[in-house]
Amino acid sequence: MSRIKTVFDRLASQNRKALIPFFTAGDPRPALTVPLMHAVAKAGADLIELGVPFSDPMADGPVIQRASERALKNHMTLKGVLEMVAEFRKQNAATPVVLMGYGNPIEAMGWEAFAKQCEEVGVDGALTVDFPPEESHDAFLHLQRHGIDPIFLLAPTTDEARIEKVAKLARGYVYYVSLKGVTGAGNLDLSDVEKRIPELRRHISLPIGVGFGIRDARTAQATARLCDGVVVGSRIVQEIEASNEQNVVENVSALINELRQAIDQA
Amino acid sequence: MYDYPDSTGHFGPYGGIYMAETLIPAVEELRVQYLRYQNDPDFKAEFAYELKHYVGRPSPIYHAKNWSEKLGGAQIYLKREDLNHTGAHKINNAIGQALLARRMGKKRVIAETGAGMHGVATATVAARYGMECVVYMGAEDVQRQAPNVYRMKLLGAKVVPVESGSRTLKDACNEAIRDWVTNVESTFYIFGTAAGPHPYPMMVRDFQCVIGNEAKVQMPEMIGRQPDAVIACVGGGSNAIGLFHPYIEEESVAIIGVEAGGHGIKSGAHAAPLTSKSKVGVLHGNRVYLMQDDDGQIMETHSISAGLDYPGVGPEHCWLKDIGRAQYVAIDDEEAMKAFHDLCRFEGIIPALESSHALAHAAKIAPSMGRDKVLLVNLSGRGDKDINTVARLSGISL
Repeated sequence: MSRIKTVFDRLASQNRKALIPFFTAGDPRPALTVPLMHAVAKAGADLIELGVPFSDPMADGPVIQRASERALKNHMTLKGVLEMVAEFRKQNAATPVVLMGYGNPIEAMGWEAFAKQCEEVGVDGALTVDFPPEESHDAFLHLQRHGIDPIFLLAPTTDEARIEKVAKLARGYVYYVSLKGVTGAGNLDLSDVEKRIPELRRHISLPIGVGFGIRDARTAQATARLCDGVVVGSRIVQEIEASNEQNVVENVSALINELRQAIDQA
Repeated sequence: MYDYPDSTGHFGPYGGIYMAETLIPAVEELRVQYLRYQNDPDFKAEFAYELKHYVGRPSPIYHAKNWSEKLGGAQIYLKREDLNHTGAHKINNAIGQALLARRMGKKRVIAETGAGMHGVATATVAARYGMECVVYMGAEDVQRQAPNVYRMKLLGAKVVPVESGSRTLKDACNEAIRDWVTNVESTFYIFGTAAGPHPYPMMVRDFQCVIGNEAKVQMPEMIGRQPDAVIACVGGGSNAIGLFHPYIEEESVAIIGVEAGGHGIKSGAHAAPLTSKSKVGVLHGNRVYLMQDDDGQIMETHSISAGLDYPGVGPEHCWLKDIGRAQYVAIDDEEAMKAFHDLCRFEGIIPALESSHALAHAAKIAPSMGRDKVLLVNLSGRGDKDINTVARLSGISL
């Protein structure tokens, strides 16, 4: 059974919700990425979404854009990200890792080579923001061949027919984009999310994670009540940005701890 | 018969709808509405009226006799898109999309711009139809094209300088897409070139085809036949596809697209993904030839002309290259500058630096062709916006 399914099954049986932190590989420095992954896992993260930096992050707000720029300045590559996951797996066999980013770095490597290496190093899922189901047929076949879950986005604008389409292709979990906007936007309205989730559940049996615009323990807690997992990205990247190399691991751990407690009290 | 794109927006392997989920329903809605209005008699009549009375179409074709004489070979004819209202071909497409936006009930339009011509065209139609307008422009280009920035402001648009990435056209596109995803319900994205997610490459091409459709009538009137070749500059490629598309099935007419060779293809500092044999990749909603490094990161480009300074190219050009119907070449900064000065001096026309690339290629091949041969070059825009750049290169401060 896949790591992602194992985690969500366990959480469901405990009546708990997943905490899913996102941060960009190679930010603030490549040498700190694996220590950060271990730290968030230890502090209570259930699954890690690891950002693959891209030169043109169209769906991201300024915070994650800057993280991408820092990572690229540090010469972070997709190959390098896969090596980091291999390193992480030497000490952590349980926490699922999903690579999140844009399609072109994978296109450049080739989907078959990418999927094969994901399987080898222990990546569990892949989320490519700019590859909707309509353009994902080839990608999907390669990921499936190597047991990598394709994670798809659903949005406030997605209609029922498209939800059906995504439901057929998605594996692992589905990522519901909580608002119309970019990552880290300030216009999250949880009453919209509350209305939407039951509609999604009519078509989707996989766990539903919710992200974009979740900025503190309070919103994380309120979101957790509505779904199966809470994705926190920009807030964590902000913490990384505001820290120095000596205290970044400690600061991010403290933030994850705080989010964990809030979500468990939901 | 040539009939592209297919129903899913692909030109062979190129094109598509590579967008984040939030915007997929928006491009789908756009596709449905465009298909609905494209053959609607009222829409067509209003578009034709605006092109005639507001833009000043048809644009004439001019025989550049002096310059042809100097070159001593093929005769060069110019399709005068520089004489359009706002000074370039961009207005054709901006009007088409604005009319569609009005029918879709959108009161706010956004655009990206490089040289500023598409931004000015969009600001113009927004003023004409009473719509709110925001234009995203790379901070670098805001510096390079200051007169166009002020022009847009005069027309009531808000110009947002984009500081991220390479601070040029591609970053302006990223920022416009971010605006669109945030304001998707109220906002129509007037995309400036024949690229992006389906239906943009098809829709922009259709609106720009007025260029080639007119030429196909005008050339026989002037010389009794079609030209031997049609030539246009290619950044994203909207002026080029507008001229080329009506000629695709005229097999006797050669089709030549001219990319920005910058400091030369070998230098790496250029904006010529087709000529430099770049790998295929995905950016801004479509699969195209794309300048990128081995890790799939998009490369910074260089061209003397801001309007060609883009790492990708429209999907239909990629397809026309693959099937061999069009040929793509590159002209470097210096060659373009020479053509710019020659047209000024020999014909009394100041061409845009973008169009100067197409002119330079015509000047390159004309001398080896017979005097009875005819080259039709799309003079896609006028060069008033470029005089600061040209002066600086000549060591003159204005």
